[in-house]
Amino acid sequence: MKRVDETLKSELGRQGIFTTTLQDLYNWGRTSSLWPLNFGLACCAIEMIATTMARYDLARFGAEVFRPSPRQADLMIVAGTVTKKMAPQVVRLYNQMPEPKYVISMGACAISGGPFKQGYNVLKGIDRYIPVDVYIPGCPPRPEALIEAFMALQKRIDAQQLTGTNRPRHLNADEPSEFAVPQFGAHDLQPAKNPAVWNAPLVQISQTGNDGSGKN
Amino acid sequence: MDLEKIKSEVEANVPGCRLETVANPSPSVQHSLRLDPEHAVAVATFLRDAVGLRFDFCSNVTGIDWPPTEVSQKVKVRRLVEGVEQEVDEVQKTTTPGSIEVVYHLFSIELKHGPLVLRMSTQDRDAGVHLPSLTHVWRSAEFQEREIFDLFGVVFDGHPDLRRLLMWDEFVDHPMRRDYIEPDDFEYEPTAHDEVLRRAQQHQSETRPADEGGIR
Repeated sequence: MKRVDETLKSELGRQGIFTTTLQDLYNWGRTSSLWPLNFGLACCAIEMIATTMARYDLARFGAEVFRPSPRQADLMIVAGTVTKKMAPQVVRLYNQMPEPKYVISMGACAISGGPFKQGYNVLKGIDRYIPVDVYIPGCPPRPEALIEAFMALQKRIDAQQLTGTNRPRHLNADEPSEFAVPQFGAHDLQPAKNPAVWNAPLVQISQTGNDGSGKN
Repeated sequence: MDLEKIKSEVEANVPGCRLETVANPSPSVQHSLRLDPEHAVAVATFLRDAVGLRFDFCSNVTGIDWPPTEVSQKVKVRRLVEGVEQEVDEVQKTTTPGSIEVVYHLFSIELKHGPLVLRMSTQDRDAGVHLPSLTHVWRSAEFQEREIFDLFGVVFDGHPDLRRLLMWDEFVDHPMRRDYIEPDDFEYEPTAHDEVLRRAQQHQSETRPADEGGIR
């Protein structure tokens, strides 16, 4: 899709003629009214609440309306520790959100389990079950970090095209909109991860000088 | 608070109860009182209602897992060796069955004294994990006894609502027991070492052979 020449556009604007493309309009609409789901899991939620209040004022970015229902929300901010007992509900809430929908994984716990990574009851990152658009590290991240993530998501949406490989997920009929909700098993969640969404990254583990004793 | 005085007072008023003081050699010298499960409710009710004691507040209930231990001892035994009676060293192994211990911390709000530490032990760690519930004496014990039921597997007889508190109902293990094996649910760590390194290698060799750059 060919974009309108920017100088021509501003020149026309000065003459009182507004030109745009359907793609710009579509992306502008999606970018400027990202309504988050009113949903917090742990201490990160307090920072999320602070972000929406007067000092940081997330409303400047078009996200002032926190929706109490997934049916009306566009953005899920996974703010806090996802316990294994809570994980099915988080996935179910995501499934209930209408397209287009986005996920921000906020804080160390939502990314990887954080300080509870070696525990028995905390999910080691929500990206094992649902696709995540932006990750924010921090424990908890400052409101500025959430705003930064929000702007990163907006930039990402702005760069998307209506057709082609860079098109939004919901315009691709092959991309699923719902993901399998894990079941409570006898020892762990079943399945422990959704292989269609997440696989363990290959980490280059160098064994030179490491005999497993902890000393080099 | 003199523990011996409390002990003799309880023994005089609750017939048949078998109490035992457990000394604490640490600087805190917080000695505790071991109850027998049969008379625990009667003793607890007495401690709550007796005029000079009035332990009206149960601030904390927790559990301790004592796994079965095997102690090998060298014992000198007289025995016939080649027709001659000699003193021979022999290794004797004694196994103590494990138990789960439940600890209650009591305070008196009315008389401003405490803590009084109560202990109760189960018979073993398999079938004999029944203990009487003290929830009817101190209502604040309800959730904490549920937590011990969840994490240690102690069944509190007479508890009004004995369900798992933290883990889901389908879960079968007891995570705070020493022999609990946690699910193998984190596959990598950026700076893996020791046990985590061993696990990471195992996972990576499952997903990708070494010559493709899995493990070096």
